Amino acid sequence: MSNATFRTCPESGLQFHKPAELLMRAHAVVAVVILLIGGIAALLVTLTRWPAIHLLPADRFYQLLTTHGVNMLIFWIISFEIAVLYFCSSTLLRCRLATPKIAWLGFALMLIGIIVNNAAVASGTASVMMTSYVPMPANPNFYLGLILFAVGALIGCFVFLGTLVIAKDEKTYEGSIPLVTFGALTACIIAVFTIASGAIVLIPTWLWSLGYINHIDAAMYRIVWWALGHSSQQINVAAHVAVWYAIAAIVFGARPLSEKVSRIAFFLYIAFLQLASAHHLLVDPGLSAEWKIFNTSYAMYLAVLASMVHGLTVPGSIEVAQRAKGLTNGLFEWLRKAPWGNPIFSGMFISLVGFGFIGGISGVVMGTEQINIIIHNTIYVPGHFHATVVIGTTLAFMSLTYFLIPVLFRKQVAFAGLAKWQPYLFGIGMSVFTLAMMGAGTLGVERRHWDMAFTNSALGFEYPASAFTLMGIMGISGVVAILGGAIFILVTVVSVFFGKSVESESSYGIATTRLSRAEPIVVPEGGHEAAGKWGMAAPGTFLLALFFLMVFVLYYAVNWKYLASVWPMS
Amino acid sequence: MSAIQPPAATVWWKQPLDKVEGTWIGIALVWSLFMFFMMPFWHVYGKQNLSSEAYKTTPQAYMAKTQAMVDQYTVRTETAAQLPVVRPPPGSDVYLIGRLWQWYPLLELEKGQTYRLHISSMDWQHGFSLQPVNINTQILPGYEMVLTITPDTSGEQTIICNEFCGIGHHTMLGKIYVTEGGR
Repeated sequence: MSNATFRTCPESGLQFHKPAELLMRAHAVVAVVILLIGGIAALLVTLTRWPAIHLLPADRFYQLLTTHGVNMLIFWIISFEIAVLYFCSSTLLRCRLATPKIAWLGFALMLIGIIVNNAAVASGTASVMMTSYVPMPANPNFYLGLILFAVGALIGCFVFLGTLVIAKDEKTYEGSIPLVTFGALTACIIAVFTIASGAIVLIPTWLWSLGYINHIDAAMYRIVWWALGHSSQQINVAAHVAVWYAIAAIVFGARPLSEKVSRIAFFLYIAFLQLASAHHLLVDPGLSAEWKIFNTSYAMYLAVLASMVHGLTVPGSIEVAQRAKGLTNGLFEWLRKAPWGNPIFSGMFISLVGFGFIGGISGVVMGTEQINIIIHNTIYVPGHFHATVVIGTTLAFMSLTYFLIPVLFRKQVAFAGLAKWQPYLFGIGMSVFTLAMMGAGTLGVERRHWDMAFTNSALGFEYPASAFTLMGIMGISGVVAILGGAIFILVTVVSVFFGKSVESESSYGIATTRLSRAEPIVVPEGGHEAAGKWGMAAPGTFLLALFFLMVFVLYYAVNWKYLASVWPMS
Repeated sequence: MSAIQPPAATVWWKQPLDKVEGTWIGIALVWSLFMFFMMPFWHVYGKQNLSSEAYKTTPQAYMAKTQAMVDQYTVRTETAAQLPVVRPPPGSDVYLIGRLWQWYPLLELEKGQTYRLHISSMDWQHGFSLQPVNINTQILPGYEMVLTITPDTSGEQTIICNEFCGIGHHTMLGKIYVTEGGR
């Protein structure tokens, strides 16, 4: 291991291993290209579901909805996550990356998988949605592309794990791995589980599509597929929570309130998150109530507990860091005087609030065994997961990208003024979008449905006018969010490919002033109480958490009341 | 140390909790347990619970049972396709088929009466979404799901398919008419 293969970023003090750096860049670039493809599909899908526009014909709509789902939920996020895994291992541990050549093989497999899958969907013979529920058949290459991608991602996971082993072996750090790396490890473990489930379900399905297997049971497919489908989104949760902690550290020098609590919360993810494939099977035939209750609640909501803990400790650690800087007036001076003009912070904070208030609460409510009866497969469901995956994960990754452009790509952030507004446009647009979808879903509007007016059906049905209004609001806010996404891609692509190189410390563009060194804030012994209130280190955050709980309880109760108005059944 | 650096103390697990964390964990745990026990509670005291009654079946066998019911209890036909409207006696087994792209047959039930509603698919996966009452379940080929339902509102309910089932998915509608009792 020679020093020549490392470079130290003068601004952040982070140390990059050259082969790891190239891999991170490659994965991040592919991820953003996929985001562009998925984003174009998003625009066309939104403009079709906006009833006043109803842009595409049915076949194109279902084809592009498939493109949008697979690219966004699988390809964009996992490609970016592999970059995050390499960053959290090689860079944060100041360690050489394990087996870079094999890592490139993984990259190549992922890229080939993306191309093969997208080509199958583009040919019009695989408009089966991301879920590809059997026995609806797709072009075999649809499954093959996913399998190749999964194998590539699995290789990336093992390169990450190998790097952890090397770092420990070569003693590149002392004591325990950083919390953010621990979060990435959580994501990696969940990813291995996810990919294994994907292999178990997709390889036989691929063979079935080729004619080598003659029957795949629909119920069995759903159980195993969702161990891929839902768990893949749990990788995101673990990854974006790690990114929240990282950004709190990067922007504020915040340190975890307690390593113990945050790590146990991550461990709860590893132990319980994967039970959630049950969320999709709550109204499936034949599963027992006991099975559903245990699994849908992650044992006893222990993974929800973990998210509620992260939701407190991330802003709590920011509050403590801000208070230590002297922002101690009242309960919320630390928050008021946070760097709201820095997209690294604003994006991360909107991600945290949106994930918790919109995505988290709706997820738990609709994942309640009986309440799912009034929500399953309505447009409420995509409303929920756009709040978790788009506001939560995608926006967190966008925020991290604003940090990575100067640090990893050595480029100034282009259009810094636009970038400042981007998280607001994207985050608020997406929030209205998801709330409108949930509203429409509550009125029974279906997901994955081309025509809510049911034109040409022998038996008609009319949704209430308010459902059409909500879908219109969804359309408008969706376009606003997509505009925010387009600005992100513009800023990223122009910065990375045409931007000015970062030469000196002062040429960082937007990131300059706020990118503090990754040094800890020194909290004096017993200083928490002195800087806080009520004997708490982060009283403002505690109040916000109580507000969150109040919203949660009210919304939960409202949905039980709504359920009670439905026809009795048993 | 910050979250992107190794913890300062090697024995970080001995660091005591701040009051803010301990309090919040306690509150969140209580709420989690409450939500957990709410589900079994509703099985005992609530009226809307999905049964887990289901049987393996085949499209042929299920079609035969449905057709027998249609032959016995059809009261009229509707639409250009002459879809039968079936009025089965209260308390009986009612069979509903989901297939590309139709719900078969149309049903007429009596308000306040209880029926055993069987549903299965003849081909791909479908979604049974009864609107506006808003009851949604997943319908799989090879499985016969049995819901014991008691319509408590009269009028017309529409069955919409809410699982994507191909190009005609959006035209796949059915009806359940609920009449006032004692007719």
